[in-house]
Amino acid sequence: MKNIKALSVTASIMGLLAAPAVAGPDSDSLVINGELEMVTETAAPEHLDGAVGDTIYSGWRFRTDETQALQLDDFDNPAMLTVDKAIDYFNTVDGSEGKSCASCHEGPEEFAGLTASLPRVEDGKLVVLEDIINGHRAEVMGAEPWKWSGQDMQGMVALIGLQSRGMPVDVKIDGDAAPFWEQGKEMYYTRYGQLELSCANCHEQNYGNMIRADHLSQGQTNGFPVYRLKQAQLISKHNRFRGCIRDTRAETFAEGSDEFRALELYVASRGNGLSIETPAVRQ
Amino acid sequence: MKKMLVTAGLITAFALPLHAEMVAPTQVAFTDGAVEGSLTGTAGDPAAGRVIMNKGAGNCIACHMVSDLEEFPFHGDVGPSLDGVGDRWTEAELRGIVSNAKEMFPDTVMPSFYRTTDFVRPGNGFTGKAAEGELDPLLTAQQVEDVVSYLLTLKE
Repeated sequence: MKNIKALSVTASIMGLLAAPAVAGPDSDSLVINGELEMVTETAAPEHLDGAVGDTIYSGWRFRTDETQALQLDDFDNPAMLTVDKAIDYFNTVDGSEGKSCASCHEGPEEFAGLTASLPRVEDGKLVVLEDIINGHRAEVMGAEPWKWSGQDMQGMVALIGLQSRGMPVDVKIDGDAAPFWEQGKEMYYTRYGQLELSCANCHEQNYGNMIRADHLSQGQTNGFPVYRLKQAQLISKHNRFRGCIRDTRAETFAEGSDEFRALELYVASRGNGLSIETPAVRQ
Repeated sequence: MKKMLVTAGLITAFALPLHAEMVAPTQVAFTDGAVEGSLTGTAGDPAAGRVIMNKGAGNCIACHMVSDLEEFPFHGDVGPSLDGVGDRWTEAELRGIVSNAKEMFPDTVMPSFYRTTDFVRPGNGFTGKAAEGELDPLLTAQQVEDVVSYLLTLKE
């Protein structure tokens, strides 16, 4: 409650200073737990070549004060319940080999920086965090794979992502990543479905504008998995991609498909420089 | 089986005159983005058009602000305000824009409301699954006429 008030005051002061702007991101600053300052706007990466203007913004800047407030303090962040469960999973033996994550890894802290660098190419394949987790479950633990968007999987993705919170997104787009990045870029600009809408139509050309009751953001992924209030659970990047493409009246792609891995890399690269906010809270 | 065929024949016989003047989505003739003749031969109903502006596959105010529709919440601003479009555009131009705005504005974000072909991965409605068979247009021919007749009432 205190946080909401503080935000409102900031917003009012900004309102007095700035010309009343209906569209665009707001001017609030994101400081988590009163100490961790997040970069929610920064210079657009060079590869965008001015496509979104000079600046990229976190989706947090497009949300209402009430939604924003839920991310200011980890005690208010509803995603943290799922993250706490992931800590339990981390220490729980599963599978035929009698191992837990903790059998090999000292703790989740060991993975600081990992999420900021993903997706990345390993042995010629584009790899995202879900692949790494299920790979270790299968090969090291002899455990069943987790479903892509299940709360056990996304809780673990969030726990590991949390170790990079505050670090800048920094995915590699050249070298062996280049063909995957190009594939993702082509998807980003493809106008799918009977409504013929590309990612760019909404999140590049129209961020800041309203589409019915939705305030369009730049579609950044630096907060994923996000706790989506509408669904009251952690939502994976691929689940959101799938939903967006479905909503263009298109045949969508599957979660965990190579197409969505490529799109995940390209979209992440559009946010290079923004702070990892995982787990963020959105509408 | 015979009975069904006879019934089908009867329905076709009765239905034909009604559809005689309907222009199929693939047969719409555009001239500089405009469509001169009615798609149905039946005058549009502005009251019905007004409802489509806010609902279903129309949902025009998702992207366009319309002062006359202010009783409905959440008008978008992805497209221009439609206030005064009845002064700015002719009936033929409005019919063309509603049917397939890309004929007049090739790069527009606006969906084509009376078109059924040449989509990338067309889906079966909002299921996320592939479309089966031919697509229906987003609006029927008569709904296009209804929307156009409503838009013509929007004068400055």
